[in-house]
Amino acid sequence: MADAVAGRDKCGEPRLVSLPLSRIRVIMKSSPEVSSINQEALVLTAKATELFVQYLATYSYRHGSGKEKKALTYSDLSNTAEESETFQFLADILPKKILASKYLKMLKEKRDEDEEENDSDDGSAGDEAES
Amino acid sequence: MAERPEDLNLPNAVITRIIKEALPDGVNISKEARSAISRAASVFVLYATSCANNFAMKGKRKTLNASDVLSAMEEMEFQRFVTPLKEALEAYRREQKGKKEASEQKKKDKDKKTDAEEQDKSRDEDNDEDEERLEEEEQNEEEEVDN
Repeated sequence: MADAVAGRDKCGEPRLVSLPLSRIRVIMKSSPEVSSINQEALVLTAKATELFVQYLATYSYRHGSGKEKKALTYSDLSNTAEESETFQFLADILPKKILASKYLKMLKEKRDEDEEENDSDDGSAGDEAES
Repeated sequence: MAERPEDLNLPNAVITRIIKEALPDGVNISKEARSAISRAASVFVLYATSCANNFAMKGKRKTLNASDVLSAMEEMEFQRFVTPLKEALEAYRREQKGKKEASEQKKKDKDKKTDAEEQDKSRDEDNDEDEERLEEEEQNEEEEVDN
């Protein structure tokens, strides 16, 4: 994969990075503890982001389900986030999709559990109040 | 610095092109997958920045530099990016050196003939624009830090 990355400047003018540096800088500066970024660090971060996009896409495609159909889907990506250690940090923003009915069932089960816990917590007091 | 949330998004067209170039020809990338990868890329930038910043802080430096970003990649378990990134850094440094020499050459030429100047200017404008803006931002930053 690294080979494909290194020599990728086939379309016309060779540019080092194709993502806009100004935008990358805005995202970096949105992190409150960062005070300043030198130009080399900015260029490297932009380049790293490109490599990341390529890697995430190829990894998810290779491990995904749509290979026969030649398709990359959302669930391939959320699977990657869940299963790969390296991509774990994406789990929050790429949650697994589930059916609403399944989710409601999960909610209900959770609520039942909580109620049971509450019941055992304040134990007899609750029972007395009810009776 | 980001005033609107969409300022934290990366341009879809560019992201899509990068994905397409990485995958075999003819693979269909769903719209949802594209926007998911785009979001992931923004989160990656933040994560990398935060890691790099830790290294800068350890070194008691206020400004993130190239080595901080490279260390961050190792920390984040993206060691595979380190070699291509070092190559990109070399290429970037060469490019900067070339630009510097070219502009010095231009200065010399300027004294000789002012007629050709206009043409040169318009050709270089595209490349310079981005950098000028960044330099400006860098100056603003210094002011902020001083205050």
